Amino acid sequence: MAFEPRIVGFLCNWCTYTGADLAGTARVKYSPNIRSIRVMCSGRVDPVFVIKALYEGADGVLLGGCHPGDCHYQEGNYKALRRYLLLKRILPEYGIEPGRVRLEWVSASEGERFGRVVDEFTEEIRKLGPLKIKESIFESMRGDVLHESERSEQTGEAR
Amino acid sequence: MKLNIGIYWGAACGGCDVAILDTHEKLLEIADMADIHLWPIAMDFKYSDVRAMKDGYLDAVLFSGGVRNSENEEIAKLLRAKTKTMIALGACAQMGGVPGLANMYTREDILKRVYLESESTANTEGIVPLEGAKNGAHELELPRFYNTVKTLSQVVDVDYTIPGCPPASMQIYSALGLIWDNMLPKKGSIIGAGDRALCDECSRKKSEKTITKIFRTHEKLPDAETCFLEQGFICLGPATRSGCGSRCIKSGTPCRGCYGPLDDVADQGIKMLSALASVIEAKDEKDIDAVLDTVVDPLRTFHRFSLASSILRRKKA
Repeated sequence: MAFEPRIVGFLCNWCTYTGADLAGTARVKYSPNIRSIRVMCSGRVDPVFVIKALYEGADGVLLGGCHPGDCHYQEGNYKALRRYLLLKRILPEYGIEPGRVRLEWVSASEGERFGRVVDEFTEEIRKLGPLKIKESIFESMRGDVLHESERSEQTGEAR
Repeated sequence: MKLNIGIYWGAACGGCDVAILDTHEKLLEIADMADIHLWPIAMDFKYSDVRAMKDGYLDAVLFSGGVRNSENEEIAKLLRAKTKTMIALGACAQMGGVPGLANMYTREDILKRVYLESESTANTEGIVPLEGAKNGAHELELPRFYNTVKTLSQVVDVDYTIPGCPPASMQIYSALGLIWDNMLPKKGSIIGAGDRALCDECSRKKSEKTITKIFRTHEKLPDAETCFLEQGFICLGPATRSGCGSRCIKSGTPCRGCYGPLDDVADQGIKMLSALASVIEAKDEKDIDAVLDTVVDPLRTFHRFSLASSILRRKKA
């Protein structure tokens, strides 16, 4: 079966999520690969959410917030931007392509742009291929056994 | 009746054992409370002595160090069977500790670097550790060096955790007191530490944080009164459990995070990343990047002790 990117979106209530809603009511066609999660502000997105999403099987994570200056809570989107930029710096060290996480400002009126962003991001992730980080981490531990004979017995998520 | 206890070290430096000795004259009280049946760093017992014990014979085992090789795992499992209470002692047993940073490399990387490439090594025959050797009729089995450092709880069931690198000595003493008085809290608890962030007990002056540049401790002298983060030093206080008595803070050194994450925090390092990024002053991408350029080795700085217990645990192959 062809690879279909699994994308988790953390979208802020006031701009991007509303923009996504508009894309829906305006019947904008875009890739169905995104699973949107509404958060009150992009500043609410703990980078732990992003890491957890990737670990649990997401191939990409899209963060959506209000344009600079437009944050409903004044500063939340700047916090999101700083966390995003710092997180992008450590992802390659884990062996994760930084392109798998993306931050976009999408306002409540940019329904069409929301569709474009999702389409673009989906294609980028499609090019990067599946992440499968959990599988890869456990695979790399398969040799960590008391005796050679146990190696084949140990499967999946043995802790 | 005296308690029967064992003290063991896996992939550890021995600092936790020294912390036990650092209870000073209280050590005599510990000796009154408990008979020690295993303590490799200090006393001569053999694994065969442990194997000969009935299951559940020991009341408690203090296990320091992570699980780096098959010997660590084998003895952890053996001790788990022989003890009623398994206590992870120190940052390495709890979170992998500093040895856990090697999870950023593979087993092959490490063996190659240490035995073949390091500048101070003369190994013309290119010998790397073997797992077994034969000499005539004698066969020798050596522990397997693992690809990934594991925490104690990733290998066996752990009842309690005493955090710290090393744990504050008096905290070890009071934790043993809990066993002696039969006052242990519910299984899985952290004992011998606080339940709030280190910032909460830190006595330095704190105000609005607006960081414009990160300094390392050799680059400038911190003043003795202001919050380290406000001065631009990376201090893991916001993401770290209290209970150490602010040892580092009081000696003029920012917190490095050895007491680990607070309850219900899945990833101490990423939490610290979040905390640091949120107090940077800049708002423009270019200005933010200029500040972030001064953060040297963020991943290992934030995960100094906790990498092996973090969500991702290691570098992807």
